[in-house]
Amino acid sequence: MEVTKWGAKELSDRIKARELSASEAVEAQLAQIERKETRYHCYTRVLAEEARERAKEVQRRMDAGELADSPLAGVPVAIKDNICTKGIPTTCSSRMLKNFVPPYDAAVIERLQAAGAVLIGKLNMDEFAMGSTTETSWFGPTKNPWDVTRVPGGSSGGAAAAVAAQEAFLALGSDTGGSIRQPSSFCGVTGIKPTYGTVSRYGLIAYASSLDQIGPIARSAEDCAAALDVISGTDLRDSTCIPKESYGYSKALTGEIKGMRIGIPSGYFGDGLDPEVERGIRKAADVLASLGAVVEEFELKAVDYAIPAYYVIASAEASSNLSRYDGVKYGYRTPKYEDLQEVYLKTRSEGFGGEVKRRMMIGAFVLSSGYYDAYYNKALKVKALIKQGFDEAFQKYDCILGPTAPTTAVKLGESLSDPLKMYLGDIYTVSVNLAGLPGISVPCGLDSRGLPIGMQLIGRAFGEKEILRAAHAYEQTGEYLFAPCTE
Amino acid sequence: MIISEDTIEYVAALAKLKLEEDQKDKAIEDLNRILAYIDTMNELDTDGIEPMSHAFEVKNVFREDVVTNEEETEALLANAPVKKDGCFVVPKTVET
Amino acid sequence: MKVYETVIGLEVHVELATRTKIFCGCSTKFGGAPNTRCCPVCTGMPGTLPVLNKKVVEYAIAAGLALGCRITQKCKFDRKNYFYPDLPKAYQVSQLYLPICRDGGIEIDTPAGRKTIGIHEIHMEEDAGKLVHDPWDDVTLVDYNRCGVPLIEIVSEPDMRSAQEVVAYLEKLKLILQYLGVSDCKMQEGSLRADINLSVREMGAKEFGVRTEMKNMNSFKAIARAVEGERKRQIELLEEGRRVVQETRRWDDNKDMSFAMRSKEDAQDYRYFPEPDLVPVEISDEWLEEIRARQPELRDEKMLRYEREYGIPAYDAAIITASKQMADLFEAAAALCGRPKEVSNWLMVETMRLMKEAQTEPEDLSVSPEKLASLILLVEKGTINRTVAKKVYEKIFFEDVDPEEYVKQNGLGMVQDDSLLRSTAESVLAQNPQSVADYKGGKAKAMGYLVGQTMRAMKGKANPAKVNEMIQELLSR
Repeated sequence: MEVTKWGAKELSDRIKARELSASEAVEAQLAQIERKETRYHCYTRVLAEEARERAKEVQRRMDAGELADSPLAGVPVAIKDNICTKGIPTTCSSRMLKNFVPPYDAAVIERLQAAGAVLIGKLNMDEFAMGSTTETSWFGPTKNPWDVTRVPGGSSGGAAAAVAAQEAFLALGSDTGGSIRQPSSFCGVTGIKPTYGTVSRYGLIAYASSLDQIGPIARSAEDCAAALDVISGTDLRDSTCIPKESYGYSKALTGEIKGMRIGIPSGYFGDGLDPEVERGIRKAADVLASLGAVVEEFELKAVDYAIPAYYVIASAEASSNLSRYDGVKYGYRTPKYEDLQEVYLKTRSEGFGGEVKRRMMIGAFVLSSGYYDAYYNKALKVKALIKQGFDEAFQKYDCILGPTAPTTAVKLGESLSDPLKMYLGDIYTVSVNLAGLPGISVPCGLDSRGLPIGMQLIGRAFGEKEILRAAHAYEQTGEYLFAPCTE
Repeated sequence: MIISEDTIEYVAALAKLKLEEDQKDKAIEDLNRILAYIDTMNELDTDGIEPMSHAFEVKNVFREDVVTNEEETEALLANAPVKKDGCFVVPKTVET
Repeated sequence: MKVYETVIGLEVHVELATRTKIFCGCSTKFGGAPNTRCCPVCTGMPGTLPVLNKKVVEYAIAAGLALGCRITQKCKFDRKNYFYPDLPKAYQVSQLYLPICRDGGIEIDTPAGRKTIGIHEIHMEEDAGKLVHDPWDDVTLVDYNRCGVPLIEIVSEPDMRSAQEVVAYLEKLKLILQYLGVSDCKMQEGSLRADINLSVREMGAKEFGVRTEMKNMNSFKAIARAVEGERKRQIELLEEGRRVVQETRRWDDNKDMSFAMRSKEDAQDYRYFPEPDLVPVEISDEWLEEIRARQPELRDEKMLRYEREYGIPAYDAAIITASKQMADLFEAAAALCGRPKEVSNWLMVETMRLMKEAQTEPEDLSVSPEKLASLILLVEKGTINRTVAKKVYEKIFFEDVDPEEYVKQNGLGMVQDDSLLRSTAESVLAQNPQSVADYKGGKAKAMGYLVGQTMRAMKGKANPAKVNEMIQELLSR
């Protein structure tokens, strides 16, 4: 049995059918992690004992007839290390929070536990979710399971790599400017960033509060839908959570997309886009058209200015959100200091890595006296125009299709020296966060080097069902391509 | 060049970061390149556009005025780098 | 010397009387062991999020309406960023761009007549924690119990010209807020504290002078002295041809001087921006009307009503309404016993005396209206006389005894037995033949002495009117 190749929902169904127990599923997963982890370094911490205990408890609940409706009952799930887990270190892959143990669970953890999922470990990431390669992690980079000389993308690189390497059936990541979709694209897996406000942010350690959203990464749209069924829903602890009438995502996967109107922004195929990626996307568009979707190109407004606006807004919020790491209440404190100012300066200079510091300085600058209007306020206006552009597009289309990233996975060590170049890689993803929209990255073939290409489907606000349905229908046209790490 | 040596020092002070001399030049260069790129958003005419801080118009999310929390001092202090008598500890703050 | 004019504006921070903090379900109760009234949200733990307490908005609106402000019907919160150990998130959630109330004012009485002090704005924000110096280790201990307690900051226009006006403004403000029930305004607990912005200029000058700020003043007396002291200091500087520096100063009430606070390492650049974790507050006309309709009677209306409805003299009405506690006690006791004038007398005389003796602040007045009413009825029914009643009231005031029970247990009730009174009076007359003779010889005063002696023999428990009657009857025989 190649248990770890199964999908999450499939695994749960088989546990329910008593083909195997929750404990056996956990053991299979731990064995795979044991085999692969030194090579890929997806995890910051594997929760072997906790998972074994939890699996027994879940099995008892299932034996008692509970959890029959839960699509994730008995499924080991891995969690990005910026999502708080009670009693388990939650580090954000930062020296600053290396020893931080939250006394509370994030809302999504509560929901997963209630649904009988089993936490298998915490996943590596770019420090405080800032980065597109997972190289800014204090614990060292994660490697791409398709090619270990390449990055898995970021910031949820550990999550995407773990799912690709069968070190996880399903993972939760977070996405502020593409951090679920871009690594999903690089690692050949499916990841969805839900509409802002769909999943509670309570317990997600903030990077940029107005853009952050938790979402699943899996090997199919079906598993993403199942995970969303569990984790979405309103939460009184998150004021920005938006109650909805219906959350049944799995039910939306009919396989039927006849008549679906799909728009491709022509501007997406411009400078900087790898021709092989373009070819992949155009081929995927043809497949969708062959399934009955109406695909056409159109002009998406203001989207060229998404990256500048994103880096202004995200950095500004980050500079404020990360000011609380001051060596007083939790986390790292510099060992040697004379006075309070030194505690602040040394703790923060030693505790944070270069990319985090860079964004905090950009953030402090764009909010500082005399620059607020020219930068921060301007960015908020650009954001409004980007949203307008999408609103107009969604009057004509049900989904917007394009690449997730301009390239396939890049080599390790190539991006960090040139931050601006790294930022430009976010070109297709950040506008979606600024407008609050849902976006899913779906694998659509390989380039000539054998690296996965990802296409992005963007939906209208709360239009997860449409993009999941399209992604699912597309996935049904071919077999899932496993990373070459498979023995 | 928007970021001079003075600006980088000012910005670092605001963010409570200490830049070593050898990091300063690189930081100035990086930030100037990034800000020059950010400035491209000025090409977009935003006259008359309302700045949008929330993408969706959600409003009036409240809690009722009911005490729900119990004492959890120990848990709150568990992560403190230095603590004493149920308090977090910092070097003496000078009040004058 | 030139003639100078002092220009003063105040920023008053008022802790709201909500049960819970502004963004979490922690109690706002004063005191408690350090860090026992806080949670992951108010201590700024990673991943936590604020949720706004509805009552805070309603209290801020109530204050704004009572202070004649326009209510900002679409308002939102902003973050004010700075590092200090009492601020766990390193930002304070406050309101800069769209404060909840704007453009109000209140009238104060000055020796020169009525004057309006403008209110620039009122905004909602969260309080910070407390820093305590630990002398043993020479470190600072951080307690977050106060962290997240809701505040409104009431920013006045620079309309005040003297310490008297400042105190009059603050007293008026305090009463309005207390009557609204939005704050207890206990200055000793820091529920009301003021930052004083003060400058001086030559009389008639159009431009304001350079101002200084004195922060966190929490007693009227200290505020008056600080205004006076700072005014003098600035005038002296100008007279010596020097300049006033714009800075924050700390008033040392013991030394009667202000000191420049050491300029912090921090630039004062708070990098305000809209708080992304909270959604905007939209106050509908209906909500506004609902709050307006619930506004309680404020002091000025109350005073007039006391005169009109209860026939209380204006002077007494002013004193009773000078604190909400007293006015509440008055109304409740009056309603219970139906003797408003009696209640007023007890408050004006005995209560005032005891408060002075015990140095009780009006906010801490804790006499129960039921007990005062019951005491008044005991006198009314003739169960006890006034002398005894005063003693019982002391017991009520200090020990919260139940008057009826206390009178019963200590046998303080008036003796109703006429024959005992008669025999006592007869023996007093028999023992004082001289006084009897004096009375009969036309010295009416002598009767008073005989009455007094009889009361004494009755151990004070006789009804004075009855004793009078009895002595008169016996003497006229």
